[in-house]
Amino acid sequence: MALTPVTPQTPAFTAGTAAAFGAFAGLFVGTAQGSGLMGIVLGAVILAILGAIAPMMAGKDKPVRWAVFFGFIAAGYAFGGIPAAVVGGIFGAFFGWLIFFVASGRYRESLAPYLTPGQVLWHYAFRVICGVIFIFLITPILVVMPLSFNSQDFFTFTPEMLQFKAEGYSLKHYRDFFTNDDWQNALRNSVTIAPVATVLSVGFGTLAAIGLSQPHVPFRRAIMAILISPMIVPLIISAAGMYFFYSRIGLQGTYLGVVLAHAALGIPFVIITVTATLVGFDRSLTRAAANMGANPVTTFFKVQMPLILPGVISGGLFAFITSFDEVVVVLFVGSAGQKTLPWQMFIGLREQISPTILAVATILVVVSIGLLATVEMLRRRSERLRGISPT
Amino acid sequence: MSDTTQTGPVLAADGTPLKRSLARALRMQKIRALMLIAPLLLFVLLTFILPIADMLFRSVENQIVSETLPRTVVALKDWDASSGETPDEAVYAALAEDMKIAAQAKLHTRVGSRLNYEKPGISSLFRKAGRKVKKWDIENDGPFKEKFLDLHKGWGDPDVWRTIQTYSPKFTNGYFLNAADMQKGADGAEMRPENERIYWTLFKRTLFMSLVITTSCIVLGYPVAWILANLPSKSANLLMILVLLPFWTSLLVRTSAWKVMLQQQGVINDTLVWLGLVADDARLVMINNQFGTIVAMTHILLPFMILPMYSVMQTINPTYLRAAKSLGATNWTSFWRVYFPQSVPGIGAGSILVFILSIGYYITPELVGGTKGVFISNRIAFHISTSLNWGLAAALGAILLAVVLLLYYAYDKIVGIDNVKLG
Repeated sequence: MALTPVTPQTPAFTAGTAAAFGAFAGLFVGTAQGSGLMGIVLGAVILAILGAIAPMMAGKDKPVRWAVFFGFIAAGYAFGGIPAAVVGGIFGAFFGWLIFFVASGRYRESLAPYLTPGQVLWHYAFRVICGVIFIFLITPILVVMPLSFNSQDFFTFTPEMLQFKAEGYSLKHYRDFFTNDDWQNALRNSVTIAPVATVLSVGFGTLAAIGLSQPHVPFRRAIMAILISPMIVPLIISAAGMYFFYSRIGLQGTYLGVVLAHAALGIPFVIITVTATLVGFDRSLTRAAANMGANPVTTFFKVQMPLILPGVISGGLFAFITSFDEVVVVLFVGSAGQKTLPWQMFIGLREQISPTILAVATILVVVSIGLLATVEMLRRRSERLRGISPT
Repeated sequence: MSDTTQTGPVLAADGTPLKRSLARALRMQKIRALMLIAPLLLFVLLTFILPIADMLFRSVENQIVSETLPRTVVALKDWDASSGETPDEAVYAALAEDMKIAAQAKLHTRVGSRLNYEKPGISSLFRKAGRKVKKWDIENDGPFKEKFLDLHKGWGDPDVWRTIQTYSPKFTNGYFLNAADMQKGADGAEMRPENERIYWTLFKRTLFMSLVITTSCIVLGYPVAWILANLPSKSANLLMILVLLPFWTSLLVRTSAWKVMLQQQGVINDTLVWLGLVADDARLVMINNQFGTIVAMTHILLPFMILPMYSVMQTINPTYLRAAKSLGATNWTSFWRVYFPQSVPGIGAGSILVFILSIGYYITPELVGGTKGVFISNRIAFHISTSLNWGLAAALGAILLAVVLLLYYAYDKIVGIDNVKLG
């Protein structure tokens, strides 16, 4: 796309574009201060002036951007103290970047040269829409994390927190989590149930996945449908069925019952990930091993297992997180003695709403970031092992 | 040379015909594959399929009446329910005998509450009668008809007897009729009165909200999947983390986050008030209603829409779009006529997956749905743990399961179970 000519824009164009952004930002600042209309007009005027200056200052980007940045911080501080200064800083940094981005014409750099102005506008509008959706995806997680350091028992940002005062923040919810017996019991139960369920589903699941990827398997589709069904059947139905059946045979309310139920729920994930790994597995390797005199067991552990290990581990992680996060089935199949972490959170959300939940949630988010990173790393390693270049 | 001209069957090294030898090898392979699968299949059958079959059985099972009141059931067989008269003395005598045995074993209240699902009021009738009948002498204390009528005039109500007669067989479709808002009236199944049709309302609401959630997932997921599939792989991988992180985060973490954000004193309302868009005394009610459920569940299920769409869009060749444009198509035409039709399989796969998952959701509607935003699953849970009407819970579950399995079948036909991808 180096063919796209980058020509500096006229001051009028830059001023107009910047004014539109200024009006939009001004609308919000204005309504917060009492008059939306004033905000729109002032925002448009300030940004139009900045936009008109920028093309003349071409080549001196840096000092102008710093000036705009600090100018907005100062203006924000004058209006409403530290929180407004932070907002002002964000606006300043963005506008400083924006005016030069528009003025220098760099915004066309990565686009095809034949695009009309309308298409360029749509290109950027589309990115903004996608950005908003990404923010929608990630906001709940980002909101929970800072709120968990709240020093009050509120579920919202207190004025102290917004002014970044030290007394607005504390670790007391984390302290509660680590000292409260209810939470510690729940944590212990979760940590004892999930690994055993994982081992069960990975053990059975890997064997079956190897069986399923043989070239000739009778009733393959039907078997696959049965094995994947725990993922598809609504959890409440699985829970109801298991509750009725396990209470008939005396497993309801026992550790074993919960482990078996969670293992069944984790199996589809193991099957899916391990069969996906086996698709790229070169069968001539096992034949070569057999040819050199290795028996099937040796072949499996020395040749096949190391190659499919990444898939097995990520399947195991999926099974682990399924059990670790599961709440519906354990609510019915378990009794008070098997109260897991999600169960405790569920009670906390429904009855005695306590901010400790946010601390637990933050810890769980950190755990899932770790798991996600591990799975992603394993996936790449597996693709490298199988000779598929990472995409 | 003579070998090549031989006309008989081709032989393997050990002298058996090659065809049979190959067939045996194939059979061996099949058996080995099945042996590897067998342990897991057995495990899933025992821990998962059998419980569900048991639940389905429970939705029609009705042995309690004929087991607890065997003589009464036999004696009632010849009574004509449409006559409008109470049964004769023989039936009351049989009931007295059954009731005495049942009361000694403390089983009479269970029959009472079973029949109470069908005709409210029977439960107390049985409870009161059980206490008294225990002291009666079955041999000499007859006739029992007056004694029962003395206990409670409900025993003279032909409707009570009709209910006992209707529910005396070992199996019943009564739970399913209940689940479909019907009841067994004097002449066969009939609809319940308009104001008692709660399950139909719930099923409709569940379907409607699942459709809304699926649609909003398509609308939000399509642009994201498109941009992920069309950006250079480095930045796409980075953005992919933003999709996968919510996918990996605990369901309860995300639900509690939405509860925190949507509350009246929550983050969104606070921001709106601070911006002046909403007055402090007119904070928006965004939780404990349908809106809250839809927003939270759209967020929770969005990754399940994006991932299948993304994997389909990755395979669409971008040169088609350029070719269409160079042939004179506008942006919109080239997208609508060239790109969109190729991405439809991804939309289909994602939609069915999201729809299946949302139709059976329990946790999120329970926590943010209030009373107007709950699904059929919440009613099932209520019947299992609070009202203890397990048969009705099983019947509702069976209907929901049938819908899901139908969609599962469609998913298998359209996408294939083998093609499910995770992350």
